[in-house]
Amino acid sequence: MRQSIRGGDLISLADVSRDAIVEVLDVAESFVEVNQRSIKKVPTLKGRVVASLFYEESTRTRLSFETAAKRLSADVLSLAVASSSVKKGESLRDTISTITALGIDAVVMRHMASGAPWQVSRVVPSIRVINAGDGQHQHPTQGLLDAFTIRQVLAERAGTRGSETGSELFHGLRILIVGDIRHSRVARSDIAAYLALGASVTVCAPPTLLPTEVSSWGVEVATDFESALAQADVVGLLRLQVERGSGGFVPSLREFTSLYGLTAEREQLLQPHALVMHPGPMNRGVEIDSSVADGSHAVIERQVANGVPVRMAVLYLTVAGGEGDL
Amino acid sequence: MSTFIIRGGTVVHAANSERADVLVRDGRIIEVGIKLDGTAATEIDASGCLVGPAFVDLHAHLREPGNEAAETIESGARAGAVGGYGAVVAMPNTTPTIDSAAVVGYVYERARHAVIDVAVAGAITIGREGKNLAPMAEMAALGVRLFTDDGNGVQHGGVMRRALRYSSALGVRLAQHCEMDDLAGSGVMNDGPLAARLGLAGRSALAEEIMVMRDIEFVRASGGRLHFLHLSTRRSVELVVAAKADGLDVTCEVAPHHFTLSEDRCASFDPVFKVHPPLRSMADVEGLRLAVARGDIDAVATDHAPHTPESKDGTFDEAPPGMLGLETAAALTWGAVNGDAHAFFNVLSRRPARVAQLRAGELGVRRIAHGGDVAPGEDASLVIFDPSDSWTVNRHALQSRALNTPFHDMVMTGRVRGTVVGEPVWLNGEFR
Ligand SMILES: [Zn+2]
Repeated sequence: MRQSIRGGDLISLADVSRDAIVEVLDVAESFVEVNQRSIKKVPTLKGRVVASLFYEESTRTRLSFETAAKRLSADVLSLAVASSSVKKGESLRDTISTITALGIDAVVMRHMASGAPWQVSRVVPSIRVINAGDGQHQHPTQGLLDAFTIRQVLAERAGTRGSETGSELFHGLRILIVGDIRHSRVARSDIAAYLALGASVTVCAPPTLLPTEVSSWGVEVATDFESALAQADVVGLLRLQVERGSGGFVPSLREFTSLYGLTAEREQLLQPHALVMHPGPMNRGVEIDSSVADGSHAVIERQVANGVPVRMAVLYLTVAGGEGDL
Repeated sequence: MSTFIIRGGTVVHAANSERADVLVRDGRIIEVGIKLDGTAATEIDASGCLVGPAFVDLHAHLREPGNEAAETIESGARAGAVGGYGAVVAMPNTTPTIDSAAVVGYVYERARHAVIDVAVAGAITIGREGKNLAPMAEMAALGVRLFTDDGNGVQHGGVMRRALRYSSALGVRLAQHCEMDDLAGSGVMNDGPLAARLGLAGRSALAEEIMVMRDIEFVRASGGRLHFLHLSTRRSVELVVAAKADGLDVTCEVAPHHFTLSEDRCASFDPVFKVHPPLRSMADVEGLRLAVARGDIDAVATDHAPHTPESKDGTFDEAPPGMLGLETAAALTWGAVNGDAHAFFNVLSRRPARVAQLRAGELGVRRIAHGGDVAPGEDASLVIFDPSDSWTVNRHALQSRALNTPFHDMVMTGRVRGTVVGEPVWLNGEFR
């Protein structure tokens, strides 16, 4: 377990401690304040080069990282590998040697293969590697921003600042994660973060969409979705890839929605204070009804907004080693 | 041809062992006994060593023709010699596939000058496509005794059943890579909780075990001889042991990586640990070790599978499956048999030689018989193995052209000091 991500890589949340996560959340909180200033830029990463290397296009995640890097005054090199000829024929190693030759300090990478960031960090140990999603494995900044969002909302309700509370607000918190956990890197990062922070996590999904022996992860498996909803303080939904909902893992999207969708009727079962989250992009009408996504329980827009400060915190800690003024 | 004497070692016979010297002349063992007269013979010191029949590998991918960048018959044979092998069976998943007399002939031509004997396995089906039977009789006439589509299992039940029936009249043995494609899917490591945590697609143990069950029933119903390649689960071995007890002519092998390394290695996402069938759970690793020690399996076979660094450089998903094995198998097997020298030579030499029918002398491009007793009159297929030599695997120091050993930097106990194929070919760190 790493006690801090300062000066290191961020590839998985499975190997970082509670303190390391709380540190990111605290730093992110100060960047929320930076983002509210009229001049949103700080000089922390001036002269550093951050490359974004997306083998799988995700405009939102890439822009969120690039905005974060720019607000820290880094030079940003955007390599949209997904749409270039690099994708075919050139190995990961060749691409990395190319960008290494450009003299970068950090690479933010998204790849469809689980473990790809490890390969990169083995090849270029001197460059900081930040995982922006690898296959079905991890999406650590999403896990961090989800945890940040929960703490932020709960702290506001308690009339305090998240950074005053450490991980306290997570103790005894009941978090329910619903949907395609088997194929979700977000679920893996969320579960790691929530468990590290002291929450209790329950998962609920058709058995074909649960990972093998998921209970060994330290989570409960709920068989009764509706009673699990009624007990949850936080409900995290996941995107169901349409191709998985059309016969391979569940018979149809309609059947999935009828059993596991957060419909307007099921929203009635929620406790008044319960939060509804979704990492996006949503399949409205499949895992979540539109009215629920836009309703009073949802904190989905906050998740999006928190992407930039959390990623600023991650870049600040990993690339600058947590040194320099905020 | 030369005369030499292997002096001072422990000669391991099938049932007993003795401190004795071994006198070899013109490729034949002439005398085994104490303090033999060595006049006019080259002396080879074997003190502290075991002397037994040279190893026989039932399962080596020598990559020629088609992928000479990863390995050639020449380099693979050198790796075999260093590993203590007197003969290896070259797998037919080359380009082109070894599925005709013409390709067998080409491989023989290339193998003629290899440092050790190379036997060839032919494909069961044309192009290893699992559809039409390859001309097994034509290849058998050239001395091919094992047939396999290895790399692929024969998926179609009807085809496999017909192949067993057809081959039963030829005096040959089929060998199956047991994995049902529909169950293995696109899996890249053992299916289970670890794969789930790592977000890697799993290859289930059932994909293997169900094919083992199916093919055992085919042999029961239709006859034929069948060898099960690289069994990776405890259950698979149990199934074969039970089938043997029923009197079926089935044999099986396990690979050193499967009884040494568990799936935990995959957590590094290093593709050097990717192999089909995949590294399994610790329970399976221990089960296989026990099976080796108990003699439940017929052979330890390497599944030596060289890949160029470039091809093993990709992600875990993309990298081709397979790992090197020829130069590390003996030490790893020595570790598994708990010092039982008879079990050691049984699984590395005697039984695999019977499975591959290498007990008979010259055939194909083979020069001598393998897997026999260390006794006067037998061909000199011998290995000198130092069971206490401790060494560290260095992937750059291997004979193989490729680097993909999963044992790099691992300390091994037990090392081959000499390999004799009629004459010494590898001795004290040097080729002769
Ligand atoms: Zn195979």
